[in-house]
Amino acid sequence: MFLINCPYCGEREQSEFSCGGEAHISRPKNPPDTSDDQWADYLFMRKNIKGVQFERWNHSSGCRQWFNVVRNTSTDEILGIYNMGEAIPEIDGENPKTPSGEPEIGSGNISTSFKKK
Amino acid sequence: MSTKISFTFDKKKYFGIKGETLASALLRNGIFLVGRSFKYHRPRGIISAGSEEPNAIVQLESGNITEPNVRATEIEIYDGLSATSQNNWPSLNFDLGSINDLFSRFIPAGFYYKTFIWPPKFWEFYEYFIRRAAGLGKSPTTDDPDKYEHLHYHCDILIIGGGISGMYAAKLAAKSNLKTLLLEQNSELGGYDLSNTDSVRTRKLSEELEESNKFKNLKIVKNTSVFAYFHANYLLASQKINKKNLRQVIWKIRAKKVVLATGSIERFLTFHNNDKPGIMLANSARKYLNKYSNKISKEIVIFTNNDSAYKSAIDFHKKGVDVKCIIDLRKQSNGDLVKEAKDLGLKIFFGHVIINTEGKKRINKVIVSEVDEKIENLLGNPKKISCDLLCVSGGWTPTVHLFSQSRGKLIYRESDATFIPDKSFQKEVSIGACNGTFLLKEIFEETFNKMNKIFNEFGIKIEEKFEEITKITFQDKMQHAWIIPSNKNFKKTKMFIDFQNDVTAKDIKLALKEGYRSIEHIKRYTTTGMATDQGKISNVNALGIISNLSNTPIHELGTTTFRLPYTPVTFGAIAGRHIKEFFDVERTTPMHQWHIKNQAKFEDVGQWKRAWYYPKEGENMHQAVNREVKATRDGIGILDASTLGKIDIKGRDSSEFLNRVYTNAWSKLQIGKCRYGLMLGDDGMVIDDGVTSRIRENHYIMTTTTGGAASVMSKLEDWLQTEWPELKVRLTSVTEQFATISLNGPYAINLMKKLCPDQNFSRENFPHMSFKIIKISGIICRVMRISFTGEKCYEINIPSSYAQALWEKCFELGKEFNITPYGTEAMHVLRAEKGFIIVGQETDGSVTPIDLDMSWIVSKKKYDFIGKRALYRSDTIKKDRKQLVGLLTNNPKEILEEGSQIVENISNLPMEMVGHVTSSYYSPNLDRSIALALIKEGIEKKGKKIYIPMPNKTIEATISDPVFVDPLNERLNT
Repeated sequence: MFLINCPYCGEREQSEFSCGGEAHISRPKNPPDTSDDQWADYLFMRKNIKGVQFERWNHSSGCRQWFNVVRNTSTDEILGIYNMGEAIPEIDGENPKTPSGEPEIGSGNISTSFKKK
Repeated sequence: MSTKISFTFDKKKYFGIKGETLASALLRNGIFLVGRSFKYHRPRGIISAGSEEPNAIVQLESGNITEPNVRATEIEIYDGLSATSQNNWPSLNFDLGSINDLFSRFIPAGFYYKTFIWPPKFWEFYEYFIRRAAGLGKSPTTDDPDKYEHLHYHCDILIIGGGISGMYAAKLAAKSNLKTLLLEQNSELGGYDLSNTDSVRTRKLSEELEESNKFKNLKIVKNTSVFAYFHANYLLASQKINKKNLRQVIWKIRAKKVVLATGSIERFLTFHNNDKPGIMLANSARKYLNKYSNKISKEIVIFTNNDSAYKSAIDFHKKGVDVKCIIDLRKQSNGDLVKEAKDLGLKIFFGHVIINTEGKKRINKVIVSEVDEKIENLLGNPKKISCDLLCVSGGWTPTVHLFSQSRGKLIYRESDATFIPDKSFQKEVSIGACNGTFLLKEIFEETFNKMNKIFNEFGIKIEEKFEEITKITFQDKMQHAWIIPSNKNFKKTKMFIDFQNDVTAKDIKLALKEGYRSIEHIKRYTTTGMATDQGKISNVNALGIISNLSNTPIHELGTTTFRLPYTPVTFGAIAGRHIKEFFDVERTTPMHQWHIKNQAKFEDVGQWKRAWYYPKEGENMHQAVNREVKATRDGIGILDASTLGKIDIKGRDSSEFLNRVYTNAWSKLQIGKCRYGLMLGDDGMVIDDGVTSRIRENHYIMTTTTGGAASVMSKLEDWLQTEWPELKVRLTSVTEQFATISLNGPYAINLMKKLCPDQNFSRENFPHMSFKIIKISGIICRVMRISFTGEKCYEINIPSSYAQALWEKCFELGKEFNITPYGTEAMHVLRAEKGFIIVGQETDGSVTPIDLDMSWIVSKKKYDFIGKRALYRSDTIKKDRKQLVGLLTNNPKEILEEGSQIVENISNLPMEMVGHVTSSYYSPNLDRSIALALIKEGIEKKGKKIYIPMPNKTIEATISDPVFVDPLNERLNT
């Protein structure tokens, strides 16, 4: 239930949008020349990152426009929004480094160790 | 003067005083025993004066407005209130279930898991008794007559909690001109300070805030509990209104900044028999005394590990109640309150603990013993002290539930054994007791500084000087002792931690002994903290005990996850107005009223209500459908097809666009012609089908399936916007702008001639698969000659507002041809007789056009279209794919069940399933059953016998062609 700043309409509730999965997977221009493996790669293989992920979102209950969102999937922080066809932006920051991939704060997984105040 | 109010508890009438809570009124009447515990049915009394109450939960009212699990400490009494106790049988004072208490050593943690899990079949037998024995309240069995609302609110600052810090924050915010909302869960502002006798400062603050219209940008809402904190500062709160017709309101709040001022909750102590009625949290008892002028008791004993409980001793003493003694487990304290108590001559036993209590339905004695410095070993001889109220204080726990829900990170503070907010994740600050700040002076300083920081962020400066507080009450250090030693064998003690779920210290020890280590696992195994109060008074105690027994520091254990809701929320409030006819959107066609008038039965297709069949008097469904099917093949059948998706396609590249999304070729389609298209996903599987007509050079109208309309539209937009931005094409959904009347049957043409006498309907002028714009009764309509029945058919698309008039006109003019309305069921039979597929019935996302034997529609010439490449992947070209065929049962009267599995060999077990039935009907035109099925290599197997094994018989059938009626399409073209 986070907010998404639609580049066309402004900030709206997440429920107005639908996620279209990983961004920057373009349909091969020469399908007949691709191998079965290459086609399967395009069809099925997705990274599903825990951390910073580039995604396609659609304002499906609004202007129906597609755009790209950079989201930290473990905290739902939105780090950037840019139009379709634009180059991948550079995002500051690092992916979480803990063994199971939890960021230090915000993931909902309560850390098991605490610093003393 | 105080007004008397009458109420009933367990059917007996009592009087209370206006403005007090049900708990206070019960105590005023000397009622301490208010419930029985969950597992052992032990007598339990009121323990607190707020939302943390684990024991005093009652069933409020009866009949259709009854509400279970209401905390008596929160509900204000009103005239005629009726409450009953829960979880006892046959009565509160004599409960047969309390026999469990005698056997409690046989019902340890995990007892139910261990005992009733095996043999699995017996669970059905056990379950009835367990559920009956261990229930809390009962939910109403009839409709709730009251209403619940949802309300959206946006503000700059949301302040949660109207205690001292919250009120001071609100006062500062009000001066900043920012839009501020202050929510308080109780019926008045003041928080903890309401229990004080000298709370002048608080009174002044609350009066200032409540002064109407003083602060236009500040809204104060009471009786409202924030129960959930989601992402992006989205919070939910439930407001109790309790008026006829409107009982509760759920607030859905988006705040730019959240200020948590949720206060703290007093903690209990863990000693043997600490659950008797008459044992209460020290500050709660003080609240009853000071706020409700309710003395509760004649002889009090106080048991504490900190200074705050001395306030209770002092206040009770001043009001003339006999404070027998203060049992303080610390060796000493130099706090100001302790000095005051000493000066008043109150008896204090330092270095002492309570090791046991006596009394059945109310406490009458405590057993006190001296203890060593580490609170581990008892010293000397225990002594008995009589009392009728024991006030306990184990320190204070900051209410960090909402902070934790917001995903902020907690930190453990050793000095007073509390978890306090450390790092924020969202735009939020914690102030006051919920931040571990307990001293008044510090609370004001913290609030002033943090609020000013917030105003800075908003770019605002306020003119407000900070009033320094000079009077400081010094409090000495508390000392935590997680388990108070007892002179009994630990295995035989009953030291309750979770009162509502009956979890004791020895249950936790058992869990550790059995190998549980993670706090989350121990919680689930013992159920501590899992009741409706979520262990508000005791979670830290459980952690402490685990830490103690496992020799692990608390900060390494962490806490269990704080989950919403903070306090229970009724289902009625969650549902709000989204019930009955408002539960989901209902879409109806422009002819809906006609269908209702003509006794149609309806079928839900997505959100649409579609006419299913129209039974005449005395007809059952079967008879009605047969009549409708026959009438369509013999005269005229009329179908309301308005629900089909319609997408208007315009633009220079429309033809190219259709070429890419459909399997067949579109460039050469003439203006005024229609073409059927199959749409695939890029995985080669069929996702939709429908007829598209070319209206002009660069203007098409596409029809989609009813269920696929929205998803097809969104997929097409996806391709256009993200893959092919170079194509100049615009899509518009016109599904609801046009209604569709489908006229089918040999006499459909006669009716069309009567409707439009000027038109030429000859085969040459208006052939099958063509499209015309025709004026009917002066209205411009789009008419397609297409067919989903195999009969001659005209589909009239008319602007929706004229549809019912034309629909009725068709009946008027078609009477001589026996015009008959048919519904979706007859539509299915008619199309199945012709072997036409329905996407979603014959296909399930794993079926290609080749599997459907429809390779005729897949272009070989086009270089590419969506799905083409996938049609020759190794999986899609493998030999044994399931293919669409017809099925004829050997017994023509036998109608197969849709979804039945099909086998070729019934003698070998296990039988190999080779396919399944996708559609099955009785065909009145053939007077026999027909079915469609997907069968492995079915196309090659036509004429072969297969079997459909059912629970009590095996049905034999023969694979056939899927077209059962008019395979040469003669009916269409004559």
